[in-house]
Amino acid sequence: MTGASSLVKSLEAAGVDVMFGIPGGAVLPVYDPLFDSKIRHILVRHEQGAGHAATGYAQVTGRVGVCMATSGPGATNLVTPLADAQMDSVPLVAITGQVPSAAIGTDAFQEADIRGITMPITKHNYLVTNPDDIPRAIAEAFHIASTGRPGPVLVDIAKDALQKMTNFSYPTSIQFAGYKPQVEPDAQAIRDAVALIAQAKKPVFYVGGGIIKANASRQLMQIAELLGAPVVTTLMARGAFPDSHNLHLGMPGMHGTVAAVTALQKSDLLITLGARFDDRVTGKLSSFAVNAKVIHADIDPAEIGKNRFADVPIIGDLAHTLNVLIPALQAEFKKNKPDLTVWWRQMSSLRATYPLGYDKPADGSVSPQYVIERLGAISGPDSIYVAGVGQHQMWASQFVKYEKPRTWLNSGGLGTMGYAVPAAMGAKVGMPDTTVWAIDGDGCFQMTNQELVTCALNNIPIKVAIINNESLGMVRQWQTMFYEGRYSNTSLHSKRIPDFVKLADAMGCAGLRCERPEDVDAVIKEAMSINDQPVVVDFRVFRDAMVWPMVAAGTSNDEIMIARGIAPDWDSQEL
Amino acid sequence: MSTHTLAVLVENSPGVLARVASLFSRRAYNIDSLAVGPTENPDISRMTIVLNLDGHVLDQVMAQLYKLVNVIAISEMTDNTTIKRELLLVKVETGSHRNELAAIVEKYSAVIVNEDEGFFTVEATGVPAQIEGLLNELTPYGIKELVQSGLVALEKGSAALSDRTLSAQGISTLHEIGTQADYQN
Repeated sequence: MTGASSLVKSLEAAGVDVMFGIPGGAVLPVYDPLFDSKIRHILVRHEQGAGHAATGYAQVTGRVGVCMATSGPGATNLVTPLADAQMDSVPLVAITGQVPSAAIGTDAFQEADIRGITMPITKHNYLVTNPDDIPRAIAEAFHIASTGRPGPVLVDIAKDALQKMTNFSYPTSIQFAGYKPQVEPDAQAIRDAVALIAQAKKPVFYVGGGIIKANASRQLMQIAELLGAPVVTTLMARGAFPDSHNLHLGMPGMHGTVAAVTALQKSDLLITLGARFDDRVTGKLSSFAVNAKVIHADIDPAEIGKNRFADVPIIGDLAHTLNVLIPALQAEFKKNKPDLTVWWRQMSSLRATYPLGYDKPADGSVSPQYVIERLGAISGPDSIYVAGVGQHQMWASQFVKYEKPRTWLNSGGLGTMGYAVPAAMGAKVGMPDTTVWAIDGDGCFQMTNQELVTCALNNIPIKVAIINNESLGMVRQWQTMFYEGRYSNTSLHSKRIPDFVKLADAMGCAGLRCERPEDVDAVIKEAMSINDQPVVVDFRVFRDAMVWPMVAAGTSNDEIMIARGIAPDWDSQEL
Repeated sequence: MSTHTLAVLVENSPGVLARVASLFSRRAYNIDSLAVGPTENPDISRMTIVLNLDGHVLDQVMAQLYKLVNVIAISEMTDNTTIKRELLLVKVETGSHRNELAAIVEKYSAVIVNEDEGFFTVEATGVPAQIEGLLNELTPYGIKELVQSGLVALEKGSAALSDRTLSAQGISTLHEIGTQADYQN
């Protein structure tokens, strides 16, 4: 058979059921055998959409997302979703066609060195020029993408390798000279962690997206209830621990709750699970949680000590780590269990005094936070919510109440505007019986909305809530705060152009509009009732709403503001 | 800041040097020198990388390097436990100083490998301090051109970095192949 057939057979052998892509010259040989394959190929409208859709699929299912593009511009259009997946540790395999091997290096038509381009933004990548190497490259790509710290792997295949004849044989095992992620935690590290936890007076579980990647939410619940310490979930970990749980203080970081931010700041022990001390969480690093010792459990040894010294590093899969740590703690607590009464009195007071909230717009317009809050309440915790990047993303993280892992998707690390629509498409393909809401900004939506055509034509009925404030709202918020309100190039000038309802209609979607607070529930319910096509709701909202609380970039978490120029009343708190 | 030498065994595969260079560039680690060459195993190449950085950054560099799938083993080459050498070729105008120059060359156990058209080409190997010493003494006579290899290093005694690679022990890291369903739990 041809290399192309061998590739399709390899993808089938890897268990691929769906992939997102666009054909083109160099990758064309693959599309012929793919025509006869049981793999569902979804023809997107832009390769960036294919990449984010593969990410959405991977994030909700835990499986490897697959996307495909041709050489040159097809491949370079995958650069943003690959960088996005690398930052958020998403298991992806991207297949790209490459010009024939004899033409590589000659600046041939549609030639781009995509292997070179993607080296810093993939976990690993391949250039295959021999058809006999295709099955092994695919097997290795899936293995690398899905083991250890997950990440994207690109396989670039020269057109002649796809056309030449080869024998298909999918490997039953693969061999790496160096790649060997450590899964089981070190016993001494577990003992050291137990000793620190037993002494702690102000412990906090600092939970990152790794808990969701490791499918360790159940273990997180066990250890949290065992110790009874506060839990904070980062932007990538929302849903890893139920928002309704009494131990949960919410999200830490730049737009975190006062209680979550302060719990980390005042803690004497950060029990860090699959988090990476990102600058959006720590604020000014030198003033972050200065009195805390750190237990840092992560599958990636390079995260240990990268930003913050770890007193006790634990390398390993988080599910395995917690499976060992929990019984060790149970044994220790029979002798000696920390008393967290004082710590909880402080944290409960902060949580009660500074809940998340927002003001109603004085002009009677629709509050964006209210729209998102009602959307979460009406659609409920079984739905999947996918945000773009900006103010609406932070509000979706704050005001939708998450109860389950893999129900909240967003571009956390790279901050990719335009992520929501294609990622929601991929999520809906992965979980077709689940309601999937993209919560998007009007700026983000205008970057990637073309994938609604893909959704309409392929029976992928996602729902999109456009939080239309006719602005690049988060950038505008920063201009309000740090550039004296000089709104350079953040106004999108109109809530009417484009007309999102007409645009939805033109793309084969139902289009709805909401302009009054009293209509919000009814419009959401109407959108919920449409399940035979995608729905776009244009929520025209108050333009000057701001995301609070906020820790300004580069400042200390101690300088958290609950509204413009207003700090929490620390003197009234017992800390 | 201090100087550290890393020996890195890598798979002898296309693009591996670019991966290492890309990593150092992206993370803003400065390389003083980098030497790459084949080893006793044709499937494995060895890099010797000299860096100037803080000790805690070195741990991070090693961890980041080890994340590269093609990297097999890494070790810091310390002065006490390893032999370190650089190679220098330097061209000096002899002029009327032939005997003085020859004496300097001999002092540093270097060799005049070519003498032509009034120029010496001198070959020297040694630890960096020796090479630097030779160059300092030759400079007043007028150095026309010079080339230096990066530092290379090998552990003393029986110790070998390749002992730490799994393939050298006859053990291969076999990974069972799963399908999509196996990764979903």
